[in-house]
Amino acid sequence: MKDKIRIASGQGFWGDLLTAPIDQVTKGPIDYMMMDYLAEVTMSIMQKQKMKDPSLGYAKDLIPLMETILPSIVRKNIKVITNGGGVNPEGCRDAIFRTAKKLGIKGLKIGVVVGDNILDRLDELAAKKIELKNMETGEGLDHVRSRIVSANVYFGARPIVEALQKGAQIVVTGRTTDTALTYAPMIHEFGWGWNDWDKLAVGVVAGHILECGGQATGGNFSADWKSVPDLAHIGFPIAEAYPSGEIIITKHENTGGLVSMQTVSEQLMYEIADPTNYITPECIADFTTIKLEQIGTNRVKLSGVKGKKNTEFYKVSMSYADGFTAIGTLTYAWPDALEKAQAADQILRTRLADLGLKFDEIRTEFLGLNSCHGPIAPMPDIINEVILRVGVRSHDRDAVERFGKEIAPLILTGPPAVTGFAGGRPKPSEVIAYWPSLIPKNAVEPKVIVEEV
Amino acid sequence: MKVQLLQIAHARSGDKGDTGNVGLIARRPEYYPMLRKYVTVDAVRRHFDGICHGKVERFEIPNLNALNFLLHETLGGGGTVSLKNDAQGKTLSSALLRMEIDIVEKI
Repeated sequence: MKDKIRIASGQGFWGDLLTAPIDQVTKGPIDYMMMDYLAEVTMSIMQKQKMKDPSLGYAKDLIPLMETILPSIVRKNIKVITNGGGVNPEGCRDAIFRTAKKLGIKGLKIGVVVGDNILDRLDELAAKKIELKNMETGEGLDHVRSRIVSANVYFGARPIVEALQKGAQIVVTGRTTDTALTYAPMIHEFGWGWNDWDKLAVGVVAGHILECGGQATGGNFSADWKSVPDLAHIGFPIAEAYPSGEIIITKHENTGGLVSMQTVSEQLMYEIADPTNYITPECIADFTTIKLEQIGTNRVKLSGVKGKKNTEFYKVSMSYADGFTAIGTLTYAWPDALEKAQAADQILRTRLADLGLKFDEIRTEFLGLNSCHGPIAPMPDIINEVILRVGVRSHDRDAVERFGKEIAPLILTGPPAVTGFAGGRPKPSEVIAYWPSLIPKNAVEPKVIVEEV
Repeated sequence: MKVQLLQIAHARSGDKGDTGNVGLIARRPEYYPMLRKYVTVDAVRRHFDGICHGKVERFEIPNLNALNFLLHETLGGGGTVSLKNDAQGKTLSSALLRMEIDIVEKI
């Protein structure tokens, strides 16, 4: 058994800093790199791409990245674990294999995890009386059944560990919990038991710290952002894990950013609900038991975490089409910038009403004044300029399209000192709404396939 | 004496559907009891009047000198449904740090 492993965070979302995973591989020692690409709405975007081209449906960024890092990760035997397979992990694997062949790399083993995609199984599951009702609202799936775009189960670390045990150097999954990408290698390397709740829980907490990339190392840092060195070259977090369950959060030495009690604490608070019940497929972690200790420069030790037995369910993430939105903006300058923007908003709303257009919502915000803090924000004495931002949502696509044609005319037919319409007419974009639910674990089975190029 | 939370705390916020979460962390361990005492569910509900249209929940995380707030019905429907500029509640953190509390303690 290794006496420690270093697991690096390479991406925190699809669209994250493209140089980060390259830095993680080249700027210091690591054993594993995890890359999280999937937000709640990402799967529906990928599903749409796959419907247009059956070979797509995964995080396309992965392929040029692999072309850059494959020689290094093969030479250094760094293992890469990512959920960037989206709705087509096998297509993603094939694309990586093609890249490996192009680079002349032989003997590369890639594992894929499938079985999370239940879009084609919804009728079968309904026949088995598996309801998949909305876990937040309690509504039945029949409300949206015909409009479902994607449906995926959140698997945990088990299938990733299986792929690693079968010798995969790269593991590509579909929908997997973000945290599993980090703690799967700990279970694989240290042989932690599936009922060793405390060890699983500390791995989960490390996963939560790593899953948003630079947000743990000084990015989006509210306590004292000015004190963070060299954000331009921010180092993403690394979890240095020990068989005992002790984990040190750090980053490569020659990088910017900061690892402190405060940066790590902020990330621990990100998108959590009840801190005593952080639910994952493998265990429930209790965030009120986490002990943090600064043990060196850019080194924070994580210990004491308590875990509880896991539940009998996987979370399911479904998305469904729910109408259209469009957002238009115009900029108004001094004098009376706000009054002019407010008048323009009223003129626009009158014209939309005259046209008889029906919207589920029309929302007006004044960027620079209140779009972030609403009524909590005090009004400044002098307003130099303000951006009028109007958004509409409707199930009538034509109404949303027409709204887009009513913005530009305001420039010549409304209040003066207005600009900022370079982007053209706002186009309707489809709303993909989110349907969270639970599924009994025995209703689905992850499948692991490991192949060699 | 009046203190703005920005002086004694830092924060991070995010979203889960139409619910925003704000983690509020004391800048020093000795400030945590003040956060517990003054930044109550009622005070936070009043502060977010007009923004949060549902219930407010509060959880204590004393080991991190932190409180976690859940603000339900806050993000205009959440996710891609929301028409808000801040549809994911990223700035709810600094909105909470604007809050002033009237304390009897000295800092």
